Amino acid sequence: MTEKKKERINIHEYLAEMDDIPGTRVFTAQRARKGYHLNQFAMSLMKAENRERFLADEKAYLDEWNISEEAKQAVMDRDYNAMIDHGGNIYYLAKLFSTDKKSFQFAAGSMTGMSQEDYAKMMLEGGRSPEGQRSIKGKY
Amino acid sequence: MARVTTGITSSHIPALGAAVETGKSEDDYWGPVFKGYQAIRDWIKKPENMPDVVVLVYNDHASAFDQNIIPTFAIGCAEKFKPADEGWGPRPVPDVIGHPDLAWHIAQSLILDDFDMCIMNEMDVDHGCTIPLTMMFGEPEQWPCKVIPLPVNVVTYPPPSGARCYALGDSIRAAVESFPEDLNVHVWGTGGMSHQLQGPRAGLINKEFDLDFIDQLINDPEALSKKPHIDYLREAGSEGIELVMWLIMRGALPEKVRDLYNFYHIPASNTALGALILQPEETAGEPLEPRRVLSGGTFAQA
Repeated sequence: MTEKKKERINIHEYLAEMDDIPGTRVFTAQRARKGYHLNQFAMSLMKAENRERFLADEKAYLDEWNISEEAKQAVMDRDYNAMIDHGGNIYYLAKLFSTDKKSFQFAAGSMTGMSQEDYAKMMLEGGRSPEGQRSIKGKY
Repeated sequence: MARVTTGITSSHIPALGAAVETGKSEDDYWGPVFKGYQAIRDWIKKPENMPDVVVLVYNDHASAFDQNIIPTFAIGCAEKFKPADEGWGPRPVPDVIGHPDLAWHIAQSLILDDFDMCIMNEMDVDHGCTIPLTMMFGEPEQWPCKVIPLPVNVVTYPPPSGARCYALGDSIRAAVESFPEDLNVHVWGTGGMSHQLQGPRAGLINKEFDLDFIDQLINDPEALSKKPHIDYLREAGSEGIELVMWLIMRGALPEKVRDLYNFYHIPASNTALGALILQPEETAGEPLEPRRVLSGGTFAQA
């Protein structure tokens, strides 16, 4: 018999920890399931003809997808935090802000509640400190 | 026989490509980044350092793979790979030319070594794969070496553990060394360093974590490989998890390595950037001068 693995990660503890980070939504299976159609919609924007069709009539394009009305509204509002709450993942949503000809810095900055200028300045000064940002429960 | 002579790490953020394409690589913002990479460019173009083949470890950013197929470890075995259209048209760079003989040899060897690889015969490669090539080789008509793309899932949780990545690197080295042709093979680990691209915590950078990570990667990779995912997430930001891919590179090198070059810069857009050249101690070349470069962010005032 082959050697059995001695230490296993407890999946429940593993997943619980993922929800203990301030201001962060880890793309767990639960979120991936919730956001499946939203993310696949974003993927469709990798084709130039789809980008054109989407930009010409966003609502009509979104109506072709099995996405909740709230999530559609989040897309039309370009509310990236709300899209992530609906199961979106930033690398998928990148197809949306690329369609808008916006950068990762623009999209990331838009989720912080800071102005683009303040966000860029914070990055230049060395970025956001992890102090107090590591754990909700532990407050460190 | 083929040998893994060198491990390299590099950032792969799209903004670096945009800086090259828009002629900003010498401005005040990007200048220090490209200056830091120039030393690697000068080093790698010497014939004795130029790889025949790069095993390029990166993560696909929802380009070749969507939510329908999520391979943990995949390997590109095709003759060539086209740059992906990620929403702004494909990057204007040459096709990536594969090495199907070596790629299939590695794929078979890895499976026999208990790594159940996903084999890709047709795959577009995104910025994760092509930005490191741009950073190393500039804007040539053709890339100067063959590339075996090795995408790792670090997007949909859970990604592979650090220990699994480290072990995969070791198996890649063994596979390369059993390939009969005499080839200079590099393994590149890309992505990182600390960064978070989402939510109110976006913009997180952790210089202390990053510099410790580099130190441990060089000197004690075995211990580093045991770092749990949650530590990366808490300390290095949600996208800092990409750093597990550096352990694949490190696993492909022996226990003792020499860092020929060690470059760290803050910020490149949303991220901290690290670029290293590592070689096995026994066959290591001379370190570059300067060997260590820290730039940007708070280093500017230091």
